[in-house]
Amino acid sequence: MESLIRIRDLTVRFYTYEGVVHAVDGLDLDIRQRETLGVVGETGSGKTMTALSILRLIPYPGKIESGSIMFFDRELRREVDLLKLSEDQMRAIRGDRIAMVFQEPGAALNPVYTIGDQISEVFLLHRRRELASRAKQRVNSLLEDGNSPVATMRRPFWQWQSRLYDKITQDTRPFEPRFSSDLPLYERFFWRLIDKIRLAVHQARPIEPRLIGRLPLFKRLLGRLRDEARLLTVDMLKSVEIPDAARIVDRYPHELSGGMKQRAVIAMALACSPELLIADEPTTSLDVTIQAQVLELFRRIKAEKGASILYITHNLGVAAEVCDRVAVMYAGRLCEVAGVENMFSQPLHPYTKALLEAVPMPGKELQTIPGALADALNPPPGCRFHPRCPSAMEICQHEKPELREVAKDHLVACHLY
Amino acid sequence: MSEWKLTGRQLVRNPLSLVGLVIIALFIVIAIAAPFIAPPPEGHRDPYMIPRDGYWAEPQPPSKDHIFGTTQGQYDIFYGVIWGTRTAFRVALVVISVTLLIGIVLGSLAGYFGGVIDEVIMRITDIFLAFPSLILAMALVSVLGQSLRSVMIALIIVWWPSYARLIRGDILQVREEDYVEAARGLGASSFRVIIRHVLPNAIYPTLIMASLDIGAVVLTAAALSFLGLGAPEGYADWGQMTEFARNWIVGPIGEPLKYWYAVLIPGLFILFFVLGWNLLGDAFRDIFDPRLARR
Amino acid sequence: MNTLVDVRGLRQHFPILGGVLRRPIGSVKAVDGVTLVIKRGQWLGLVGESGCGKTTLAKTLVRLLPPTSGHIYFDVPDMVKVEIETLESANENSSKLNYLLKEYDLATFSGARLRPFRRRAQLVHQDPLTSLNPRMKIKDIVAEPLRIHRVVPGGDVEATVKELLERVGLSAGQLGRYPHQFSGGQRQRIAIARALATRPEFIAFDEPTSALDVSVQAQILNLLKELKSEFGLTYLYITHELLIAESVCDHIAVMYLGKVVETGKPEDIFHEPRHPYSQSLIAATPIPDPKRRVGRIVLPGEVPSPANPPPGCRFHPRCARATKECSEKEPVLELVGGEHYVACWHPL
Repeated sequence: MESLIRIRDLTVRFYTYEGVVHAVDGLDLDIRQRETLGVVGETGSGKTMTALSILRLIPYPGKIESGSIMFFDRELRREVDLLKLSEDQMRAIRGDRIAMVFQEPGAALNPVYTIGDQISEVFLLHRRRELASRAKQRVNSLLEDGNSPVATMRRPFWQWQSRLYDKITQDTRPFEPRFSSDLPLYERFFWRLIDKIRLAVHQARPIEPRLIGRLPLFKRLLGRLRDEARLLTVDMLKSVEIPDAARIVDRYPHELSGGMKQRAVIAMALACSPELLIADEPTTSLDVTIQAQVLELFRRIKAEKGASILYITHNLGVAAEVCDRVAVMYAGRLCEVAGVENMFSQPLHPYTKALLEAVPMPGKELQTIPGALADALNPPPGCRFHPRCPSAMEICQHEKPELREVAKDHLVACHLY
Repeated sequence: MSEWKLTGRQLVRNPLSLVGLVIIALFIVIAIAAPFIAPPPEGHRDPYMIPRDGYWAEPQPPSKDHIFGTTQGQYDIFYGVIWGTRTAFRVALVVISVTLLIGIVLGSLAGYFGGVIDEVIMRITDIFLAFPSLILAMALVSVLGQSLRSVMIALIIVWWPSYARLIRGDILQVREEDYVEAARGLGASSFRVIIRHVLPNAIYPTLIMASLDIGAVVLTAAALSFLGLGAPEGYADWGQMTEFARNWIVGPIGEPLKYWYAVLIPGLFILFFVLGWNLLGDAFRDIFDPRLARR
Repeated sequence: MNTLVDVRGLRQHFPILGGVLRRPIGSVKAVDGVTLVIKRGQWLGLVGESGCGKTTLAKTLVRLLPPTSGHIYFDVPDMVKVEIETLESANENSSKLNYLLKEYDLATFSGARLRPFRRRAQLVHQDPLTSLNPRMKIKDIVAEPLRIHRVVPGGDVEATVKELLERVGLSAGQLGRYPHQFSGGQRQRIAIARALATRPEFIAFDEPTSALDVSVQAQILNLLKELKSEFGLTYLYITHELLIAESVCDHIAVMYLGKVVETGKPEDIFHEPRHPYSQSLIAATPIPDPKRRVGRIVLPGEVPSPANPPPGCRFHPRCARATKECSEKEPVLELVGGEHYVACWHPL
């Protein structure tokens, strides 16, 4: 089976006032289908930037310098380079095919909208056709039963609604990704033009929800879509085990606790059943018992939805709990990738070993790693870890170690192997 | 890179702030070099009194003897605006520094200690703020007698409440910071905590406000002088000079702008002075606010 | 004297003001009746989740906050404590009682009277970025306690500062720098150096490593170990990470919603927890061992608000073993073996 994501030679640099920071340096990573890959690293390891690169959300002054992120598209049955897509195409993917959960649940939620509104927004943006077809079904059923005077009055309105929803369902989505980036420029232009003409001719212009929602006569149309979205939202909240979902839907973020907010954010991310869920330290700010609940939720998501999860954390315990495979990063580079059991029972890279030793466990001497984390502006040449490595050799000082498969499905980037 | 160097560099980079800096620098030079640019004539006792060349009322246009012309009563405009720069700086700096002092002391007491002290001080500031500032200033100057000193006192009395409020607000915020609590935990006295920890971190918005206000003070002082409540007649003060020009703003029929120099020149000096400080104040604000975010 | 810190019935309630006139309409009972003893030379770990009151307890103990009620005894002879207790239970308002309280009970001290105490007890905050004045050079930050208490003569201050900074692992060349120019771990070291300046006997740490990376955390913990044995310190260590508590502390107290629910030695608490909350806390902690995933007790629900704690045992709404008794009467700490105390009607 093809890997869902294949990152090759990703390099992300930040051009700051003080100098150039190599956030990610030549990263090669695979995320397989239906697996939970954990990315473990400390501050400055580049793990968050890797995740943001997949979604092309790198903030200024960062830039993705080079590399490719191949995403296996189910419909097209082939790989697409996410770094080469247009912004429109990326927007169609974000939230729909690849979704992200951030560390601070409070920061990801807009404080002036209710939880329900925010999750519904995801549905309204990406699942308009589905919502329209559901709305159409409802309207049709109203048309069938209605014999009361009210129904007769409303009948033509409903019929019109039904036709409208029909059009929406049949219409191509406004920002449908056309993965034609390998087509020459003029051909792409040509196809876009044809598309525009087609849309105009059939008058099946996708109705911008916000625009329609403003016009008084047409507000009713949107109302049904919103209602449908709300129903889906409540289902979604129930599936992330938020108690009393029907009431929580109308609550504002500040009325919820940290754990509930994080669940709401997860519901937002899962709304469109993405193929890849990126979770950037989602439980770091939560209490231990709440963290346990949320990790349990992640495990259930894994089992039920069949999505891949990219789980970023600095906590090795959490990685052991939730992940199938683990990747360890240091100073923008990958050190070791292995299945979770192999990684913890037989760590190969000296950094991984040192990290495991440094976790405080009862009855064990705390081993520290000498030195400090690599300076982001001026990282050590060769292997980034060599100044702190107990097994450093001469070659480590000037040659970058390549990622090599040393045992079955166990890759290490170290000159020892 | 030290804090000051970084600030300096950012000041120079922004084109607008550079303009402000240049303008103010020019004014400083004029103020310092006043005795050389416009030397007082022989035997003139008080350099701040503008020399008169005659006693006619009608202002004379710029000529060889009087570069900017003369205003009502034949006071030399050039001399007036050059020495007026000194006056402007003096008024502004005195008013602002005393206001800052009073505002900081009262605002700190109110903000840091809270409770009754806070209530009392805030109610006092409320009382002062209830009066329209210009009217209050005028009333005070009338009571104190017309002179530049009364103008300064009046402005101080009118201005300090806003500073007290501003500082108090920032102190309320800084007071809750961890390092303030840590300082108390070390056993520092309240005085020490305020001076060493709270104020240095809370004062920046107030300082920015102060730099913006330098222009406003000069403007208000000029307004008071224009109304006849400021500097004594013949004093080298921009507002004073606009007061002289009051009767000559519009010339005779057919030549409405005949006496433009009497109005425009002092007005332009005021304008550029205020503009320069405003630009500088804006630049300070831009530097000090995002810096906190950058770190 | 073996006991250094003795806290009895400590309560810290923060009033909630509401309504038009801002009257007190309730209170957040952050700490609600805590009795705790810390012996000299002990490393007590205070464990609990957010909202349980551990930070408030530490800050009240170190008198950064005035307690609502209760007693705080720091290095007070047992005889005195006994006498106070007798006088109190006799329920008369004797002047002797008042005198003793004013002399020995830290809860009654304020202002300048606390100064000598401040030399002997310090608190290290959780976030080193905000606990250091961003506009002060680190040499001034560390020198401040020396200057306030005049520990060393003026001329020696700089040398002492250098010594302190070197002891915590920073080089002397960085004296003139500002806090933001250091990394998180270094900043925490600066805060530790500042706490050590007056050679205190007792230091309370509020989650000092929670904002730090794993490798840095290990360095700081080792530093704390060294300092403790070198200077003969007593530690109160607050953390929500059980693994740390288990590995470095020699006594543990578990808090929930303003009360201590269990205390004992680490082996007792972690291998034989007797309180259901401790048990679920331990079970919920992820361990870097993929084989130990099963057998979790996932605690339902959320922590109730400290403004409105449940009646009786605070934990009963979430407890699998709760009975009617638990919702009516509040359990007290009782000895269940060795030094192991539990506050539960149905301990495990």
